[in-house]
Amino acid sequence: MGNWIINHGLSSFILVVWMAINIFLFLWFYFFYDLGDQFFYTRHILGSALAWARAPAAVLNFNCLLILLPVCRNLLSLIRGSFMCCGRTMRKQLDKNISFHKLVAYMIGLMTAVHTIAHFLNVEWYYNSRLGKYDDLSMALSSLDDSGNTTFLNPIRSTTTTPTLLVFTSVAGITGVIITLSLILIITSSMEVIRRSYFEVFWFTHHLFIVFFAGLVIHGAGRIVRSQTTTNPPHNATFCKDRIDDWGKIQECPVPQFAGGFPQTWMWVIGPMILYVCERLLRFIRYMQTVKYRKIVIRPSKVLELQLVKNGFKMDVGQYVFLNCPAISQLEWHPFTMTSAPEEDFFSVHIRSVGDWTQKLISIVEQLPEGAEGPKMGVDGPFGTASEDVFDYEVAMLVGAGIGVTPFASILKSIWYKFKDSNPKLRTRKIYFYWLCRETHAFEWFADLLQLLEREMEERGMGSFLTYKLYLTGWDQSHANHVMVHADADTDVVTGLKQKTNYGRPNWDKEFEQVRKENPTSVVGTFLCGPAVLATVLSKKCVKYTDVDPRKTKFYFNKENF
Amino acid sequence: MGKIEWAMWANEQALAAGLILLTGGIVGVAGQFRDWEFAAYAIAAGVFVCLLEYPRGKRNKGTSVERTGQYCFTVCVKSFGPLTRNYYVRAFLHAAICVPGGFILATVLGCVCLGIASLIYLAAAIRGEQWEPILPRKESARKPVGESIKLPPQNPPPRPPAEMRRKRAEDLEAAAYVNPIAVTANDD
Repeated sequence: MGNWIINHGLSSFILVVWMAINIFLFLWFYFFYDLGDQFFYTRHILGSALAWARAPAAVLNFNCLLILLPVCRNLLSLIRGSFMCCGRTMRKQLDKNISFHKLVAYMIGLMTAVHTIAHFLNVEWYYNSRLGKYDDLSMALSSLDDSGNTTFLNPIRSTTTTPTLLVFTSVAGITGVIITLSLILIITSSMEVIRRSYFEVFWFTHHLFIVFFAGLVIHGAGRIVRSQTTTNPPHNATFCKDRIDDWGKIQECPVPQFAGGFPQTWMWVIGPMILYVCERLLRFIRYMQTVKYRKIVIRPSKVLELQLVKNGFKMDVGQYVFLNCPAISQLEWHPFTMTSAPEEDFFSVHIRSVGDWTQKLISIVEQLPEGAEGPKMGVDGPFGTASEDVFDYEVAMLVGAGIGVTPFASILKSIWYKFKDSNPKLRTRKIYFYWLCRETHAFEWFADLLQLLEREMEERGMGSFLTYKLYLTGWDQSHANHVMVHADADTDVVTGLKQKTNYGRPNWDKEFEQVRKENPTSVVGTFLCGPAVLATVLSKKCVKYTDVDPRKTKFYFNKENF
Repeated sequence: MGKIEWAMWANEQALAAGLILLTGGIVGVAGQFRDWEFAAYAIAAGVFVCLLEYPRGKRNKGTSVERTGQYCFTVCVKSFGPLTRNYYVRAFLHAAICVPGGFILATVLGCVCLGIASLIYLAAAIRGEQWEPILPRKESARKPVGESIKLPPQNPPPRPPAEMRRKRAEDLEAAAYVNPIAVTANDD
């Protein structure tokens, strides 16, 4: 339970606050329009549909303000940088930005539906009222015209129009239809199926948000929602509603005057719109900055290592960058976790061939002549949680599963640099690294890294600093045969490392026992980058093997989404 | 952009349009709008479009993700043969269905959405795409394990030939075993 609070408490709190604000806005504006005296006559024609249309409008204002913010990733990076003092949990929230963006989008979709349906009803009832299908009061209100000393209440002025025609001849109507249509297209192209497989459709269609926001801002300009204004002498609606024929003739009931509400949406969304424009400008500037290649290496199993240099680029361990290669596609930006340490004067990424963008990049690079410069690359970033906590523990257990091993390349390198330079920030004295994967096929470069570290440590006599174990969970009979025949070799047949490969999943009880035995008095930090199931297992083991005695070993579990 | 299967997006758009048409129709009928007959039509049309578009087609490249419980719909839609397989037919069908929706306000949105879906289907049809049903994969016959695996082994495990096994005096390092007790000539 405590673990849940630590891991999810702040997110849940933020969601609760967001929902509370939504509910508050909805109810506040609902009652404003449903109970306000100035809308008495409007409500007489429209009933509660008026309030049902205006309340979602307020919620929409709030959410359209919010929706642009989570996608300003450079802004978020800036905020994260200034939160370095305020704790990891705060910074972690900023990594859930896309989930929040989607949640706000669902709310916008839902509120748009309610708002649109309520306004359809409103238009129909205004129309009926204009044609005199309702009572005398309605008739009188609807015939008020914008001439002489009267102002209209019912936006339908002519008796020969239809609701559809009204919608298409009013600012609110046309903008409403256009922005709802944009919203629907944005939503259908953002479905997971389309997004994962045909990203360009998603990305291009999503830019309809420009149309959406433009229309949204103009949507209220027609001032079509009318309320009663104060006249001198005042017109008391409750008293005068039954004396229609006396309007303008008796003192208590001058002819009621109406005016439209001032459009407010622009006040809500102008700030985020400006921020977003700045964000896109910043991305463009970053894209134009020169990125030079320091080294290009084609690793086995079609893995490309790019070592890049960019002016003013500062990274932390475990962060990622977005890469763009105009030669392949002008508009695609793809994220890659960095595999270099901050201590190095370059940054590197290891790119596996998984989709058509990566395949094209690898084939372009393969066809480059010796010593030639690589294709022009745009780099945006770095983004992501910095996993600085790894350095705070005396003993660290690092578990990387599958592709989750990539950020550990950065971490291990950084730890090694800090250890060599006796960096005081590094409190780690011993590292246990567990590498779990189905097959080492695409990670031979990581095995090379481990080999390098192994060699360097041997040279300095620090062989016991790093203990690593590799677990191949996808072994089959041919693997086993191969290993049996070469059982006597000094180095492992699969990885070439001194540590032998284990097959199958680790026996965590044994591992934790061993760590506890070798470090009887330390605080051990366990870090995982991998599947959620493993996270539950490890967190349970941490609890199980932590000693109540404060002088003995304590395990702390950290799950990072690198 | 060359590898995009427009039909996938057209399908999402058409399904959404069907739902919007249905909702608009319900609002029109429940609110007893003028010309509510169009709204009633929209309900029927919306349901029809939803049923037609619910089963996703099979993708040409990559894995196709089914919608929950779409198998029975797949069977129904498949039974219409070329009428449902061909996207030209779908494009014109949707274009025709959407027209009456444009007459009253409540369904005009559904009409336009369906019209857009029809255009995307037209693009898909021009590119030669077709609707293929996603059918459950027949269980591929696993390599049958022979009965002999249940009997105890008849042969000893494979070993390198005897010459290699025997330790050679000049190459003690390459030997496959180590003597637990030193084997040297007894000198005394």
